Amino acid sequence: MDMINVLRIVFTVLSFVLFIAILVWAWRNRHSAQFKDAQNLPFDQD
Amino acid sequence: MQNATVKAATYNDTVVRQFAIMAVVWGVVGTLMGVIIASQLVWPELNLGLPFTSFGRLRPLHTNAVIFAFGGCALFATSYYVVQRTCQTRLFSDKLASFTFWGWQAVIVAAAISLPLGYTQGKEYGELEWPIDILIAIVWISYAIVFFGTIGIRKVKHIYVANWFYGAFILAVALLHIVESAAIPAGWFKSYSAYAGVQDAMVQWWYGHNAVGFFLTAGFLGMMYYFVPKQAERPVYSYSLSIVHFWALIFTYMWAGPHHLHYTALPDWTQSLGMVLSLILFAPSWGGMINGIMTLSGAWHKLRTDPILRFLIVSLSFYGMSTFEGPMMAIKTVNALSHYTDWTVGHVHSGALGWVGFISIGSLYFLIPRLFGQKTMYSVKAIEVHFWMATIGVVLYIAALWISGVMEGLMWRAMNADGTLAYTFVESVKAKFPYYFTRALGGFLYMSGLVIMLWNTYKTATNGKPATVEVPAVVAHA
Repeated sequence: MDMINVLRIVFTVLSFVLFIAILVWAWRNRHSAQFKDAQNLPFDQD
Repeated sequence: MQNATVKAATYNDTVVRQFAIMAVVWGVVGTLMGVIIASQLVWPELNLGLPFTSFGRLRPLHTNAVIFAFGGCALFATSYYVVQRTCQTRLFSDKLASFTFWGWQAVIVAAAISLPLGYTQGKEYGELEWPIDILIAIVWISYAIVFFGTIGIRKVKHIYVANWFYGAFILAVALLHIVESAAIPAGWFKSYSAYAGVQDAMVQWWYGHNAVGFFLTAGFLGMMYYFVPKQAERPVYSYSLSIVHFWALIFTYMWAGPHHLHYTALPDWTQSLGMVLSLILFAPSWGGMINGIMTLSGAWHKLRTDPILRFLIVSLSFYGMSTFEGPMMAIKTVNALSHYTDWTVGHVHSGALGWVGFISIGSLYFLIPRLFGQKTMYSVKAIEVHFWMATIGVVLYIAALWISGVMEGLMWRAMNADGTLAYTFVESVKAKFPYYFTRALGGFLYMSGLVIMLWNTYKTATNGKPATVEVPAVVAHA
C-alpha cells in the first residue's frame, strides 16, 4: 500500500473519531445552561 | 467624531435592504425565465426561432438567475442581518459590504447579457465565462471578509449556530467556485477547463452537488436557525442537535457528488462511495428538519393565523421530502430508472421551489417590514394568497414531473420479447405533453405569487421609510 492511501485512511478514521467526539460533547449535560443562553441569542434584542 | 460614534451604535441595514429588495426582483425575473422555457417545452415555437431566445441559452439564464441572483441576494441580505443581530455589532466594513452588493449585481447583469449571447463554459451552474468568474471570486472574498470580520468584532462570546451555517456556506462556496472555474483562457470570452475527461466530470459534479449542499442548503439552514425561532417566538428546539446537525452535514456533503455520474466512465468504487455517503446524508438532513419543525412544538396553533410561519414550516416539509427523495435517487438501481428523466428536474424543484424558495420568502416577509420601520407587510392577506399560489404551484410542478419522469424512464427501458426497444424516443417525448403543460402552469402560479410579493414589498417600502436600528447598549450573556 502506498503512503498516500495510508494517509487517506488515517484522515478518514480521524475525521470519524472527531465526529463521534463532537457528538458525545454536544449531548453532555454539563453545558445545558450555556446552550440555553446560546439558544436565546436571537431574542436578546428587538 | 460625533458622527462616528452614532454610526457605530447602529446596524448597517442599508445593504440588507438593498439585497432584500433585489432578491424579490430577481425572484420574479428568474421564475419568469423558468416559465418561458417550461412553455417552450410545451410549445417549441415560443423560442421565436432566434438564437438568443432558444432553450439552450435561456435555461442557464434561468438557473443562474434563481440560484445566484434570487437565492444569492436572499442569502446576502439575511446573513448580513443575522450576523449583526446575533453578534450585536455593526458590520465589519460598510464600504466592503456595499461593494459586495454592487459587485454581485454586476455579476448578475453580466450573466444576463453573456448567457443569451451564447458565451458559456458549458459547466452546469458554472456556465459564466472566466472574466465574470474572477469578479465572482473578488466579490465572494469581500463577502467573507465582511462576514468573518463581523464575527471577529462580536460583542457576545458565543457564535450563534446560524452563523456557523452561513460561515460554512461562504467558505465552501469560495473553495468550490475557485476549483470549478479553473480554466485556460483563449480570448476574453472563451476558455477551456483545466481538467480533462472523467476528472473534469468529477470536478463538475463535486462542484455541482456541493452548490446544492452549501449554496442551496447550508446557507438556507442559517436562515432557518434564525428566522424560524424569531417568527415562532420560541428558541430553537435543541441546541445540541443543531451542533450535531452542522458537523454531520459538514463531514458528509462533500462526498455525495459522484451520484450524478452513476453508470459513467467514473470508477465503480467512486460511484458506490457517492451512493453510500448520499444515503448517510439523509440522517443530518432529517435531524435538521426535525429541529426546525419541533421549534414550533407547543405553538402549532400559530400556523393557523400566521402565513409567514406557514412559509417557513412548509419549507421544512419540502426540505424533508427532497432530502428523502435525494438519497433514494442516489441508489444506483433507482438512478438507473430516474437519471436523465424529468424525475431529476422534479426533485430539484421540490428542493428549490419548496425548500429554498419558501424559506427565503418567509424570511424576506419577516425582514422587509422591519427594514422599513413597519410592523407587518402592507398586506398580510396578500401573503396568505401568495402562500397558497406558491404551494399549489409547487405541488402541480413536482407531481407532473414525477409522473412524467417515471413514465419516460419506464418507456426508455421497455423491451419487446425479441429484445428490441418497445418505444422510440419521440414517443416518450409525445407522451410527456400533458405533464409539461401542468408543469408550466405550476411554474406560472409560483411566479405569479412572487409578483404579488413584489407589489407587497413596493407598498411596504413606500409606506414606511428606511429604519435605523440601534445596537443594544447592554451587552448580554453568552
